[in-house]
Amino acid sequence: MDEKGFKLGDDAILLQPIQRTGKTFYLTLFSLIAVILWAAGAYIYQYRDGLGVTGLSRPIYWGVYITNFVFFIGISHAGTLISAILRLAKAEWRRSITRSAEVITVLVLFFGVGNILMDLGRPDRMLNILQYPHLQSPLLWDVLSISVYLTASSVYLYLPLIPDIAILRDHGGRYQWFYRIFALGWSGTERQHHLLERGIAFMAILVIPVAVSVHTVVSFVFAMTIQPMWHSAIFGPYFVCGAIFSGIAALIVAMNLIRKVYHLEDYLRPVHFNNLGILLLVMTLLWFYFTFTEYLTTFYGGEPIHMTIFWMKFTGKFAPYFWGMFLFCFIIPLPILSFSKTRTPFGTLIASISVIIGMWVERFVIVVPTLANPRLPNEAVLYFPTWVEWSVFAGCVSFFILLYMIFTKFFPIVSIWEVREGREKSMAEVQERIKTYLPGIGVE
Amino acid sequence: MHKWGMVIDLDRCSGCQTCMAACHAENNIAIIGPEESAMGRTIHWIELLPYIEGEYPHIKARLLPRPCMHCEHPACIKVCPVGATYVNEEGLVGIVYSRCIGCRYCTTACPYTVRSFNWYEPRWPKEMKGSLNRDVSIRGKGVVEKCSFCHHRLLKARERAKAEKRELLSEDYIPACVQACPSNAMYFGDLNDPFSTVSILSRERRAFKLLEDLGTEPKVIYLSEGM
Repeated sequence: MDEKGFKLGDDAILLQPIQRTGKTFYLTLFSLIAVILWAAGAYIYQYRDGLGVTGLSRPIYWGVYITNFVFFIGISHAGTLISAILRLAKAEWRRSITRSAEVITVLVLFFGVGNILMDLGRPDRMLNILQYPHLQSPLLWDVLSISVYLTASSVYLYLPLIPDIAILRDHGGRYQWFYRIFALGWSGTERQHHLLERGIAFMAILVIPVAVSVHTVVSFVFAMTIQPMWHSAIFGPYFVCGAIFSGIAALIVAMNLIRKVYHLEDYLRPVHFNNLGILLLVMTLLWFYFTFTEYLTTFYGGEPIHMTIFWMKFTGKFAPYFWGMFLFCFIIPLPILSFSKTRTPFGTLIASISVIIGMWVERFVIVVPTLANPRLPNEAVLYFPTWVEWSVFAGCVSFFILLYMIFTKFFPIVSIWEVREGREKSMAEVQERIKTYLPGIGVE
Repeated sequence: MHKWGMVIDLDRCSGCQTCMAACHAENNIAIIGPEESAMGRTIHWIELLPYIEGEYPHIKARLLPRPCMHCEHPACIKVCPVGATYVNEEGLVGIVYSRCIGCRYCTTACPYTVRSFNWYEPRWPKEMKGSLNRDVSIRGKGVVEKCSFCHHRLLKARERAKAEKRELLSEDYIPACVQACPSNAMYFGDLNDPFSTVSILSRERRAFKLLEDLGTEPKVIYLSEGM
């Protein structure tokens, strides 16, 4: 067990991003801030003039903002869910990647919620949701489950951070007072470790059903209406699958960046990318399965109202989006992820970027075509997002990256104590565990 | 208790759009310029839907006036996160403009796409300001609006009946579109009264409702033409 003033030794590199900040960091920081300010300006313009500055209209009432909402909430499934599953499965290779995944979850949730708030015609009245809650509305189910998820995943991020905060407190850098408060008097005793492990295990179990509920409920926003190609029972699992799919992709991209920028090649090794790549491959196939089922059911049933939208996606004006989605979500990542030769950090990066783009388009293809085809005859309007919507989207992405960068400057992005624990304790533990699996190796 | 409903006889409707004009004047509906109209930002509480049937040369175009259906089971009400839209005991579906947060969930959930959104602050030419209807509140930017069956007229009629110390009669209350229809194609009244005109017409053989199979139970009943 670690004593209070333990030596960092090999893991000193994990604290380097906190101790030293280079020129590139500030350059990136300022360019991100520039984009965010631009987006803020665009939003203020929208706030002052009204939602008319977007490309939305009747009947396409929802567009980029709602797409972003579903997309960002989806990305948030990277973290907590993946990390919880790997922890519970006692996958030892998780140790250096869980932190970077959990941070994604907590930070990206704000942008999911933010997008739905920016989509409001009267954002000044958003507190009406708390003052006059109408529980029958799926949007309120979202409010509830996302709040629970944000709380749970914040706790789940914070708990494994405590020992690392204590390390930072003891290693006399800047902001001592800050680390002192948040280390909660951690001294690394046996009892504290025991409590911490119990807490993490409890949160890991709690967070899985919450995460599943979140994206199920997001899908219910669409599935609970009677609109054609939204009113589908498969939407819950389909959305959860898509969420995990895009979440893993986001994690792989983040890990690639961290690895390059902070020189953590020793901690984020090809094997991590290989394993996550296999997970991503599974999700690629699962995504295809859900998409195939969804569209085949529609096609076979052949109800005219559904088929109008179906053909609009397959051959009509939404065909570029639909086939783009298929290209980015399936055709590009599938071969890359199928072979261990290409499941390298770089290979998985390419596949992941493709998946992220594809999943954004997928959300768009779910939201917009249905709205463009109401049941009654309507003016045929086309939806093209305006510069305001694109700016706000760019601002959200930049703001997310900015917060992520800042996080790495205050906390180690690879969990130091978990890596150490893996090195010192789990070798023996795993050996013990294997002994319980099989006959004939009970005696050493 | 009254259950307000409307009957539109398509055999009599000439597609003259007087109902639309009357509605715009009555309900202070914002004037949307031609550019915004082309983008699909017009607001109509009642409008004429073009139904094109068949293919050339056996083509037939029909126009169907469509107000809010004031459904018995409205899809829009369930989804509102703040309870800003409701159906009252007289069957009228209304909106509390001051509570609406503008999320446009109701507009996407309504299968009849009757709901409109205020994309900008409503504007009228200076000359028209004096002719706005004082009985109808003006909807600001960012909220949803739709046909109310001229609910303010019901309130007024009820006040009048009270002042005259008598019960409210169905004849006291009539929406602007029905009143203005020059070909007498629209009827309005109490569906609960089995002897009212709307009630009798709603049981006619020609009677049908829009998207009846969705189970929304609209209180706007159409009488089909050419039978």
